[in-house]
Amino acid sequence: MNLRKYLKVYKKFLHTSLASELEYKTNILVDLITAILSLIGSVFLLSIFFQNNGYIGGWKFEQALIIQAIYTILNGITNTWFNPNLTEIVKHIREGTLDFVLLKPIDSQFFISLKKINPSGFLEIMLGFFLLLFCIRINQINLSISFLSLSLITISCSICILYSLWFFISTTTIWFVKTWNAIEVLRSFLYIGRFPLNSFSFSLRVFFSIIIPIAFITTIPSEVFLGLSQLWKILLEVIVASVFLMTSRKFWLFALKFYSSASS
Amino acid sequence: MLSNLINRKIFTLLKVQYSNMLEYRVEIALWAISGIIPFFMLNIWTNNNLNESINISDVLLSRYFLCAFFVRQFSVVWVVFSFEEDSLMGKVSPYLIQPLNPFFRYFAQHLAEQITRFPFALIIAFFFFIFNPESLWIPNLGILLLSILSTFLSFLIQFLIQSIVACLCFWTEKASSIERLLFIPTLFLSGLLAPVVSFPAYVKSWIYLTPFPYLIDFPANLLSGNETNISGGLSMQILWILLLLPLFKKIWSEGTKKYTAMGS
Repeated sequence: MNLRKYLKVYKKFLHTSLASELEYKTNILVDLITAILSLIGSVFLLSIFFQNNGYIGGWKFEQALIIQAIYTILNGITNTWFNPNLTEIVKHIREGTLDFVLLKPIDSQFFISLKKINPSGFLEIMLGFFLLLFCIRINQINLSISFLSLSLITISCSICILYSLWFFISTTTIWFVKTWNAIEVLRSFLYIGRFPLNSFSFSLRVFFSIIIPIAFITTIPSEVFLGLSQLWKILLEVIVASVFLMTSRKFWLFALKFYSSASS
Repeated sequence: MLSNLINRKIFTLLKVQYSNMLEYRVEIALWAISGIIPFFMLNIWTNNNLNESINISDVLLSRYFLCAFFVRQFSVVWVVFSFEEDSLMGKVSPYLIQPLNPFFRYFAQHLAEQITRFPFALIIAFFFFIFNPESLWIPNLGILLLSILSTFLSFLIQFLIQSIVACLCFWTEKASSIERLLFIPTLFLSGLLAPVVSFPAYVKSWIYLTPFPYLIDFPANLLSGNETNISGGLSMQILWILLLLPLFKKIWSEGTKKYTAMGS
């Protein structure tokens, strides 16, 4: 694999998709307001939960805010990269344009995962970072090198898991053609990533850590921020993330064998 | 004569759209599953004993969230997304020539989808009762009919609001981002994630003047047998419809004057 070539291609992707997205400037503004309102809404919901209770699943309000911050960052990443690209797969397969992607002398997964970018997601990522900085202050977290590297590792693993989940579902389009709604199901499941895992009942906790590992995505990085996380949990997240990434790659190559163009 | 004609048109439209929707059973099933967020919320509420502070018993709260799920299932509206696609693709032009407002077509589409969705929603409710047998109840016929009516009115309000937003397509092309913005207050204030009774006093003081609590909270309270003001709620729903309908007609007639066919 030629890294320089891929970097160069990615630069071109960035350039073209930014140029086309910036055509709709008011759209970006509306998306920013949406992101802000959505954050206000979830903090409001959280405040209802904490109205008469000091703790939810062992988390204080200030600590639960960290989860919100990480969720917002990850949601921003989803909106910037995963959502615009991976919903495009559905279109490629339905209209048979995946042929053109496969014919290009470039890795097809690279192409369909990174072709587009939605700049309004950046603002959401920034919003999440501001909230995170605020949380670091109110929870009096000491910043140190080991802490920073651990949180960086866990968040990158979360991104990998999230990407793999999206990519898995989008890949199934090759068989089922229309998977818009499967993506909606994933989205609604991801929604519970806004809350600490311990606030759910035991059976749901098992479901969300083994079957769909949403628990890993937000709860473990937040625990790292609070210094509560044990080493084995972090190691487990790294393993889960790499397993997910590898299987998603394998699954894509496997699915391509079943691809039989459309309307051509 | 005239009413007969309208009846026949609506009947034909419904029949066509119903057979169309039956083609997409899997998608509709998935869509029904994606609406299960209220159950996750219920899990947080009961698992942390949050309901004690708002004086709602476990059983009534679980019924409330089940009803919220049902009301949401039968009041989901996506007209703006269909209309945006049709107007970008230039499909609106042939519709405009026909002696029927194209929104009737979308309306029939939504109703047909609700009929298709009904069995899936029942299956989900069936599983809900298996896990929570103590919350099983049978509402009396009068209440059932009234809540079906209020769910339909809630659907009408949302359909009108979205149609108004959809008409903005005539001016901005991408109206769906405005819809996503409007969806945020709907999500947090309608009672889908937490019953409106639990909201803090500073929100409760003004929320009943907005349409939001009448979208899910009111019909769900009615159906689940929680305390609610029946006549007040119904009249507010009708009031909002009477306010929105002329607004839609106005914006529709302005918009069609502005319309320039695209993509054709």
